[in-house]
Amino acid sequence: MTHFSALSLLKNAFSGNRKWDEQWPESEPKAEYDVVIVGAGGHGLGAAYYLAKEHGITNVAVIEKGWLGGGNTGRNTTIIRSNYLYDESARLYDHALDLWEGLSQELNYNVMFSQRGVMMLAHNVHDVQSFQRHVHANRLNGVDNRWLTKEEAKAYCPPLDISPTARYPVMGAALQKRAGTARHDAVAWGYARGAAARGVDIIQNCPVTAIRRDANGAVEGVETARGFIRAKKVAVSAAGHTSVVMDSAGVRLPLESYPLQALVSEPVKPIFPCVVMSNTVHAYISQSDKGELVIGSGTDQYTSYSQRGGLPLIEHTVAAICEIFPIFNRMRMLRKWAGIVDVTPDRSAILGKTPVKGLYVNCGWGTGGFKATPGAAHVLAWTVAKDEPHPINAPFTLERFGTGRLIDEAAAAAVAH
Amino acid sequence: MLLIHCPYCDETLPEAEFAYAGEAHILRPDNPADVSEEEWRDFLFIRTNAKGPHYERWRHIHGCGRFFNAVRNTVTDRFLTTYKAGEPRPELDTLTEDGQ
Repeated sequence: MTHFSALSLLKNAFSGNRKWDEQWPESEPKAEYDVVIVGAGGHGLGAAYYLAKEHGITNVAVIEKGWLGGGNTGRNTTIIRSNYLYDESARLYDHALDLWEGLSQELNYNVMFSQRGVMMLAHNVHDVQSFQRHVHANRLNGVDNRWLTKEEAKAYCPPLDISPTARYPVMGAALQKRAGTARHDAVAWGYARGAAARGVDIIQNCPVTAIRRDANGAVEGVETARGFIRAKKVAVSAAGHTSVVMDSAGVRLPLESYPLQALVSEPVKPIFPCVVMSNTVHAYISQSDKGELVIGSGTDQYTSYSQRGGLPLIEHTVAAICEIFPIFNRMRMLRKWAGIVDVTPDRSAILGKTPVKGLYVNCGWGTGGFKATPGAAHVLAWTVAKDEPHPINAPFTLERFGTGRLIDEAAAAAVAH
Repeated sequence: MLLIHCPYCDETLPEAEFAYAGEAHILRPDNPADVSEEEWRDFLFIRTNAKGPHYERWRHIHGCGRFFNAVRNTVTDRFLTTYKAGEPRPELDTLTEDGQ
């Protein structure tokens, strides 16, 4: 594996950039692995990377039905933040944010992590009270988040319309300055490269059709389009398709899969300095380094695996964006798409062991899994390696839906997030 | 946008008139005090999340206001049928896409 440095860039520039090594090899599945991870998104590849790097487990395969990072890793709007209400969530997402800050150096791969700040707009009294409660709870948890008046919000993001006659009046905003964006493809590629360099096999275009269990009920391996692959441990990190895969192991999950839509505009010169989220009207917007406005919408009301989503939702989001930022009302949109997100009843992830011996699950990230990528991958690797949860993911059990010990970020946000 | 047939109004109307109301044919336990934690969990939280034909409830919220059931393919988003609440669950092999 080539180490990226100024010197290697210079050297390859002289040879016309034709002599770069491949970043990871095309792997054929072996008959048996210590760990098989289902799903080569950021979470799955990251878990493989940390298994190899921090736990010395290198006989690992990451199996992907499509192409690497082609699911929700490549479909999100790249927002990274950690200003969640509850202690458990704050620890998990802030752990991820800590790892984000060093990730480009760690992977020797530029993930273009940009801490440009995430500003969440309050449009009504309920929003103001809810966000201020978040700000105080975050401060107690050591998570950076502060309250801005509407004038301060306007100063931080000049395209914002704060006039009192606006359709969605701005009454203030919560700002997490440590938050921001990263290039989502590079996260998957960086982890894949790091994992492959440590001996992990990455197998693409190979759907896992079922999880096989032995006579004692423990995990035996996975059935795939390229035959049976034996595995001592299996970790499923398959986003919207997790419940389909886990069903085959006889584990039913409290998940429902919804399309979550996003769209991008034509590229324009730098105009938008931060990320702005308006949870109340479901509009999330930032500007990519290429210049496109990246706009996140909400989930459709019905469950679906179509990766398409309905137009009424997009129309609503774009209408809201034009009201909040009148400067954008002549922008043309280029592309729209949907990712299938697995939503839990309390809108918090399920990350840990399952009732089946040797089977682990990382799912339920719903509409906000990208920001957690390094943190989730890190504690998933720990959980698989040690067969017990890391203290950070210990509360995110499957059992909480039986005991009632929910981490109710759904109620905390009162909207999708 | 989905086009949905309301079995009460007997009209096919745009999705914007309707509200999705989750999986259909989930029965509340007759004696809630007697059921175990696991049964409560299953009733409250565990869903089929079917990839393919899915039995689900809709409400014609901007029309007659009534709840009804539907079978929709969650891969193609096409409806196989809609039927009134309380009617028996139709067998899948009797249905075709856009069969209504």
